Amino acid sequence: MADNKSRLFAELQQVSFVLEDLNLYLDTHPEDASALRYYKHYQQLRQQLLEQYTMEFGPITADNVNIKNTWTWVEGPWPWEGEM
Amino acid sequence: MWTYEKMLQFPIKISKPDAKAAKVIMTQFGGPDGELGAAMRYLSQRYSMPYRKVAGVLTDIGTEELGHMEMVSTLVWQLTRNLSVDQIKAEGYDTYFVDHTVGIWPQAAGGMPFSSATFASKGDALTDLFEDMAAEQKARTTYDNILRLVDNPEVKDVIRFLREREIVHFQRFGEALGIVQDDLNCKNFYAFNPEFDRKR
Repeated sequence: MADNKSRLFAELQQVSFVLEDLNLYLDTHPEDASALRYYKHYQQLRQQLLEQYTMEFGPITADNVNIKNTWTWVEGPWPWEGEM
Repeated sequence: MWTYEKMLQFPIKISKPDAKAAKVIMTQFGGPDGELGAAMRYLSQRYSMPYRKVAGVLTDIGTEELGHMEMVSTLVWQLTRNLSVDQIKAEGYDTYFVDHTVGIWPQAAGGMPFSSATFASKGDALTDLFEDMAAEQKARTTYDNILRLVDNPEVKDVIRFLREREIVHFQRFGEALGIVQDDLNCKNFYAFNPEFDRKR
């Protein structure tokens, strides 16, 4: 499970970075059709990975917290602890 | 990691320029108890904070302060963007204008540039949380003073919202302090520093 968690997390991190970098490119090239297609593909992939990670391992953003009996946002390690 | 939301936390639409109001409000961007310092204070303190809930409070309030910095900057921008040179001279905005035109730059109302010397990150959970509670009160006092100096209701509504958030943050930091104290030796809260001495 820990392996699956770190694999999924690394994938989410990579896909998120692709979107961040493309965001910058598209800011100055807003009509580049191939970049737009690329963005759309990774946008869907991030959404899917984010949902899967959140359901299985907990929230990445506070507004995506899966609400159960307790507030899980402040549980688990913060990124600077070096455990994620 | 942060992402930007294209939305202010509270709506701001100022219809009339007012350089005098802008000059005092900008202190809540870059002044000694301003929102930039608030964000930097909490976002700097959280790394060494060993209680995850408290680190969460620091992260979330620090993030909200970035949004408040944007709101204060928006106020200054909307209050100054349509000023004429005559108004700039008559309303005493010339000393800011000469260096920044109507650009937004973090300084105190008196012209002192933003400085990290206005906040502490002490690496001690109790010290930092007392600092944070005091900081929220100082910002609340500053907003009280701004309300005494400004009369446009479009501006006052925004300032009242920001002032209220200081009170909410003070409350949350008080609860965070309780979380830390509950974990320490109640006979001597200062027996060790939970951010450095690993005795728990």
